[in-house]
Amino acid sequence: MHDLAPLTPLGAASPRTDRIGALVIREVTERALASVTCRRGQDAGFAHAATRLFGITPPAPGRWAESGDWSLIWTGPDQWFAEAPFESHEEIARIVKDGFGPSASITEQTDGWVRFDIEGPTVIELMERLCPLPTRRMETGAATRSIIEHMGCLVICRSAGVRFSLIAPRSFAGSLHHALVAAAHSIA
Amino acid sequence: MLIPHPLLGPRDSQEFTYLGDARLIDRPDGLAEGALDLFHDYLYLRDNPAGLHQELWFHEQGDRSWLVVTRDTRTHEIVGAELASDVARARGRSK
Repeated sequence: MHDLAPLTPLGAASPRTDRIGALVIREVTERALASVTCRRGQDAGFAHAATRLFGITPPAPGRWAESGDWSLIWTGPDQWFAEAPFESHEEIARIVKDGFGPSASITEQTDGWVRFDIEGPTVIELMERLCPLPTRRMETGAATRSIIEHMGCLVICRSAGVRFSLIAPRSFAGSLHHALVAAAHSIA
Repeated sequence: MLIPHPLLGPRDSQEFTYLGDARLIDRPDGLAEGALDLFHDYLYLRDNPAGLHQELWFHEQGDRSWLVVTRDTRTHEIVGAELASDVARARGRSK
């Protein structure tokens, strides 16, 4: 029998937290992730199943929304990421597929990505050094994909001006962490 | 330069990659009479206007949608942007 120990995207046994000046940069591993894509011509069945499973209609382009355990993030036309606690939703793809049936295509994403939550009164100064998005004008509930130092990143505004989540491909974990820490030191 | 994305509003052009003339949407039917000539023209012949030009841009570092962007080649002014899927459907394509 293999006895494999789980590793975080940064390669440690437990998620990393950095406190630099007024900023907290936290590696987040407690959320499961799946992509949800509406199949062509299935819009009515998809909307019905989404409301039944998540308790909300999927957010409009450029937005994210939450309800209970779930958060839904718009990632492209007819396509969302669904997030839920890993502890209770380790089999998130099966749970979401059971809820949608043939109206959606679901792909497990949990270990494919790294998520950093950045929080603090200088979070806008940090984002303005890293990302072309107008983060100062982003409202709570905004979510969109953009670039940070050439890496494609989902930027999610959890609380306007104070807290953002960044989701990037897992293999970029070290590079993105380096970019965040270097920029945070430059304004600390 | 900012691209007015039809779903997401103004976005930095560094999030996009450029393909070329939007007439690439009108791919000929490979089984039609004279398909060889049609594909020759489709592949090699382009207009090179001094003025408004419709071109395909890909929001690669964004929502990955294809856009038809209308740009003035003399000034680089972006006059408009539409989803390429909407343009293709308006021309009778099914997807």
